[in-house]
Amino acid sequence: MTSLIEAPPGSVDGPAPSTKKRSGGGLGRYILIRFFLIFPTIFILVTMVFFLMRITGDPITAALGGRLPPEQLAERITSAGYDRPIFVQYFEYLGQLATGNFGTTLSDNRQVTEVLTTYGAATLELSINALLVALAVGIPLGMIAAHRRDKAPDAVLRIFAILCYATPVFFAGLLLKLTFSVWLGWFPVAGRASTNTELALTGLQSPSGIYWLDALRSGNISALGDVISHAVLPAAALGLLTAGIFLRLVRTNVIGTLGRDYVEAGRSRGISEFRLVTKHAYKPALIPIITVMGLQIAVMLGGAVLTETTFEWKGLGFQLATYLTARDFVAVQGIVVLLAVIVALTNFIVDIIAALIDPRVRY
Amino acid sequence: MSIETTSVTPPGGKSLLQRLPIVSHFNRSVGLQRGMLVAGLSLTAVFLLTAIFAPLLAPYGFAQISDSDGSFPAQQAPGGQHLLGTTVGGYDVLSRVIWGTQTAVMVIVVAVTMSIFLGVILGLVSGYIGGWVDRILVVIADAVYAFPSLLVAIVMAIVISGGQSKLWGGILAAAISITVVFIPQYFRVIRAETIRLKSEPFVESARVVGASSIRIMSRHIFKNATRTLPLIFTLNASEAILTLAGLGFLGFGIEPSNAAEWGFDLNKALADTTSGIWWTGLFPGLAIVLTVLGLTLVGESINDLNDPRLRGRKRAGGRRRMARAVPSTAKGTTEESTS
Repeated sequence: MTSLIEAPPGSVDGPAPSTKKRSGGGLGRYILIRFFLIFPTIFILVTMVFFLMRITGDPITAALGGRLPPEQLAERITSAGYDRPIFVQYFEYLGQLATGNFGTTLSDNRQVTEVLTTYGAATLELSINALLVALAVGIPLGMIAAHRRDKAPDAVLRIFAILCYATPVFFAGLLLKLTFSVWLGWFPVAGRASTNTELALTGLQSPSGIYWLDALRSGNISALGDVISHAVLPAAALGLLTAGIFLRLVRTNVIGTLGRDYVEAGRSRGISEFRLVTKHAYKPALIPIITVMGLQIAVMLGGAVLTETTFEWKGLGFQLATYLTARDFVAVQGIVVLLAVIVALTNFIVDIIAALIDPRVRY
Repeated sequence: MSIETTSVTPPGGKSLLQRLPIVSHFNRSVGLQRGMLVAGLSLTAVFLLTAIFAPLLAPYGFAQISDSDGSFPAQQAPGGQHLLGTTVGGYDVLSRVIWGTQTAVMVIVVAVTMSIFLGVILGLVSGYIGGWVDRILVVIADAVYAFPSLLVAIVMAIVISGGQSKLWGGILAAAISITVVFIPQYFRVIRAETIRLKSEPFVESARVVGASSIRIMSRHIFKNATRTLPLIFTLNASEAILTLAGLGFLGFGIEPSNAAEWGFDLNKALADTTSGIWWTGLFPGLAIVLTVLGLTLVGESINDLNDPRLRGRKRAGGRRRMARAVPSTAKGTTEESTS
């Protein structure tokens, strides 16, 4: 996304004395421009989703058509305002979105915003867990692959990375479930927590909705154990999908930095290979990793939909799948729009982090 | 496949056979890389052959639940009459896995052909004409590209079929949904190449001679801008299978009586796992993994072999990004050099 912003090349290599001040102002300007670029992205996605979903007809016919007599159907369509010109509806929808009103679901008559806040935390928790797994697996293995480049471990790890990519997250989930919960019985089959824990955690004062955080705050050790044992398999399924990508990324970038002169200089000073790989070569390789991490958030959200369905993890993705089956397109539209906002925001944050770490990014 | 042949670099005295993409890649490869290419090619060949000969290979039809001896038993373990067992609905798992390759091939061919066609045209026009058309298309493509591809596919699936699907309708709906996901990738690559080529002397001279814009785009730029397409093709084919399976898993697949689809079967298999029934999920899943693995290995190998810096042991770091980033890096570098 950074390549969208063109800047005169001359601004990079200004004269030495004023560079410091100008680069500081450059960052502020960069953040500002980058911030305003969020809105067109969201706007385009919202517009596209709105018109695409309306091509097929109004949501009420889609959800209830065939189940209600035509007069009642027409009445409900009129009362919801779906018989007005589409552009009137479109601008009304934009206005509603601007005030944070995502509409009301048709199948269970809830505010979409309420659905989003209730289930958003669960998806957030799953994504954080999966990201942790991906980082914990991908980065060390990538370093090993880079260090043992073109040797047997490298070959094995590269195949592993491709396998991670090639396995659909729901198939990985199914295998994990089969092996670790059905046959070995180590972990529960599905859900976010057992009923008792869920009751204890939702009964807390101002729960964050992220179960392990709530369990930690309330000091409830057994609940924490329960939550973690539920979280392992979904996090592993979704995390491994991303781990392969991180592995490959770390590998190539560390290989690149390992060949630099300063690493050779460090080696001649007697710094251990381990330290060379994990500190000297790894740190400069971090920038592309962070950038790709942002792109991975989008992939992960897509994967979360499938993971949540596999493990009956009651998050946004699970809800989305349920609403899809119920053909409740108002809810689907709301969730998709929210995800669009999240993706746009993450891309923004990632670009800012990249700019903070690497001054070259912000021109 | 005709696109692949256009990718060939001008003849260097070699026969046509040796200049074909896959063959030339094979000849250039060594060691581990050759192993990966061969493994990928074999898996892909098995996949294609299974799809072509599915009617001969499959013991039963994909929607068959009974034969002359009566109806098939439900959830029967692998062995005997049903080599890979039967599902809860009485379908033969092996037959459905084999027929599933046909569905997958059809969806890939339709989806990738359509997205190449549209993506290339849009990319050429956008890059060559420039101006506000270009700017609008770029912003839209970027927005779609940044969005989770599965969600784009879901929205498209709703639009096309309203979530329901018949055989051809279902395959077409899945294919179109996947097309929309991929158009931005082709668009970006082709647009970047077109912008680069636009200022090349041979294009300028064509313009001086009086060639029309359409002729320049279709003859001079098109042939030069499409060199990277075989690579994206293989990478996208594997992603198309994953997206199709994801759609099927969420219930947007094709009805079991209309065609066999692995993702749909996996969805149905989910309920079986709790009772320890593994064969309904394992085999369609393995089919997905092996197919994607084969296509990815081919794509990766071509990617490495096309780039002299990555070929063989002399592999320089920092250039080999994840598969999805290929179009974006191509865009980034060429754009910087032109603007």
